[in-house]
Amino acid sequence: MAEPLLTLEAVRENMPENAAVVALADLATKAKFDRNELTITVAAENIVPACQAVQSAGYNFFEDVTAVDWLPNEPRFVLAYHIVSHKLKERVRLAVEVSGDDPVVPSITGVWPSANFYEREIFDLFGIRFAGHPRLTRIMMPIDWEGHPLRKDYPVEGYR
Amino acid sequence: MTPTAAPDMLIPGVEDVVEDSARQHHGSDPAEDHTMVLNMGPQHPSTHGVLRLVLEIDGETVVSCAPDIGYLHTGIEKTCEAKFYQQVVPLTDRIDYLCPMTNNLTYCLAVEKLIGLEIPERAVYLRVLLNELTRIQSHLVWLGTHAMDIGALTVFLYCFREREEILRIFEAVAGQRMMTSYFRIGGLSMEPPIDFYKRVQNFLNIMPEKIREYENLLTGNPIWMGRLKGVGYLSPEDAIALGVTGPPLRASGVDWDLRRDMPFSGYEKFKFRVPVSNDGDVWARYTVRMEEMYESVKIAQQALDGIPEGPITADAPKIVLPGREQMKTQMESLIHHFKIVTEGFAVPAGQVYQAVESPRGEMGYYVVSDGTAKPYRVHMRNPSYATLQALETMCKGKLLADVVAVIGSIDIVLGEIDR
Repeated sequence: MAEPLLTLEAVRENMPENAAVVALADLATKAKFDRNELTITVAAENIVPACQAVQSAGYNFFEDVTAVDWLPNEPRFVLAYHIVSHKLKERVRLAVEVSGDDPVVPSITGVWPSANFYEREIFDLFGIRFAGHPRLTRIMMPIDWEGHPLRKDYPVEGYR
Repeated sequence: MTPTAAPDMLIPGVEDVVEDSARQHHGSDPAEDHTMVLNMGPQHPSTHGVLRLVLEIDGETVVSCAPDIGYLHTGIEKTCEAKFYQQVVPLTDRIDYLCPMTNNLTYCLAVEKLIGLEIPERAVYLRVLLNELTRIQSHLVWLGTHAMDIGALTVFLYCFREREEILRIFEAVAGQRMMTSYFRIGGLSMEPPIDFYKRVQNFLNIMPEKIREYENLLTGNPIWMGRLKGVGYLSPEDAIALGVTGPPLRASGVDWDLRRDMPFSGYEKFKFRVPVSNDGDVWARYTVRMEEMYESVKIAQQALDGIPEGPITADAPKIVLPGREQMKTQMESLIHHFKIVTEGFAVPAGQVYQAVESPRGEMGYYVVSDGTAKPYRVHMRNPSYATLQALETMCKGKLLADVVAVIGSIDIVLGEIDR
C-alpha cells in the first residue's frame, strides 16, 4: 500500500497527473491520499461545479453520497461523494463540510440524477437540506416522523 | 375513478404524485385529466418484498411511476454504530438476504482495508468460491420469481431445486442456510467440513447442464419472448445517469464489472468473461444473467481447483479469535480471546469505501473509524436502491402489464433498499 499523503500540497506534488487533482486545481481546499483512496475537500457552495469538473475529467459514474455526523465538532457534518471513472478505473471521494446550524448543500441532481434518492436519504436521516432538489421528502422514515435518526444526538434505542 | 373524486380515500402521498405528474406531463389540473392512480403494493406478489408503487395510468399506459419505500427500514446503519466491528457481520447478512456472503465479504474487506490486514490465500480462494456460489443462488431466485411473475410457474421449482443444494453447502460450512455470517474480519470463521470440496465439485459438475435446462424451458418460448423482448428499454446514457449497476447496466451495453475492472479479494487471479448486451431491454437482462451463471460456475471451479493449503485466518492475534485448542492451553491466547470478546479491537482512524460486484450490481461499504472499537459510521451503497430510480424511465409510456416484467428484470431486494 502506498504511503499516505496528508496535505493538499503533498497530494499535488506526488500525484500531479491524477485527473481529479488536475480538474479540481482551483476548487480543492484540502486533499488526502490514504489507504489508496483519494479524498478532495471542496467548499459546500462549490460542490456542483466540482462535480461538473470531475465529470468532464472522465469520472462519469456517481456511486454514492452519504454524511457523517461529527458532533460536537464544527463543521458538524461531512458529506462524502464517491465517483468512479469507467475509463480510468479510478475512484475519487469529494468531501464537503457542512455547519451544524441550518445545514444546506446545493443538490447535484442536475449533474447526476442518480443522486436523487441518496440526497433524500441524507435529508431524512441527517436533516441536511439540498437546495434545488426536485422532491426533497422523507424516504425511509414515515412522513410524520420527528427527528433525524442517524444524528449522533439521536439515541440508538429511539425516544421512548 | 378520477383521483380527485374522493380525496379522503387516497393514501398519503398520492395527491402529491398526481399533482406533480399532471404538471409535468399535461400542464393541466388532474381533475380534467383522464388518468387514474393505481396503488401497487406494498403487499403484491410481484414486487419482491414490500415495495409500493404509485402508478398513474392513462388507460393501460403508464404515465408516471413513483416508488414508495421504507417499509423494511430497520436502522441497520444506526445499529452498526453501537456494535463492535466483528458484531456488525451478522447485521450485514440481513441487508440483502439473497447474497449474505457478498455482504459479509464487502464489510470484511472494508474493515481489513482500514486496519491494513493481509488475509491468507486459502481464505481468499474460499471467499471467492462462496461468493460465486452466492451469485448463482441469487440469480436462481431471480430467475424463478421473474419467470413466475410472467406466468412460467415450472421454472421456479427447477431453480429452487439447485438453490437448495447451494443452501445445503452453506449450511455445511456455516451452520446456517441463509444468514451465514461465515466471514470474519481477518479470514473465515472455521475450516469447511471435509466433504465440502466433493459436494461443491458435484454441484459444479451438474450446474451448467441445469442452466441449459432452464434455457430450454424459457429461451425459445414464444410467450416468454413476447413478454420480454423490447420491453423496459434503458439506454446506456440513462443507465449511467440513474446509477444503474450490475447486470442491468451491462444489458444496456456498458461493459463494466468491478470483478474485472477494479479487482477486489483476489479476483484478478481468475479468468472469466463479462457478458454484455446492447439491447437494453428485459430480454437483454435475462440473457446477461443467464450467461453470468455459466461464468460464475467457471470462477467457482478455478477457485476450487486453486485452494492452497494453509491457515484460514490472518496472523493477527489481537484481531482474530484464537482457535479453541490454543485458547484452552495458552495463557496469551486466553487473554487475547477475553479482550477481543469483551472489548473488541481498536481500528485506526480513517475512512474507506470498498465496492464489490454483488449479484445485483455495485455493493459498497463506506466505513468511518474514529480509532475506537466501534465503527463511527457504516454506510451501505446498495445496488437495488439506485436501480429502483431507473424504474420510471423504463416503465413510462409502456403498458401496465410490463411493469411486472420490468420489476422482475431489475432484480431488486427490498431488504437492501430500506436497510
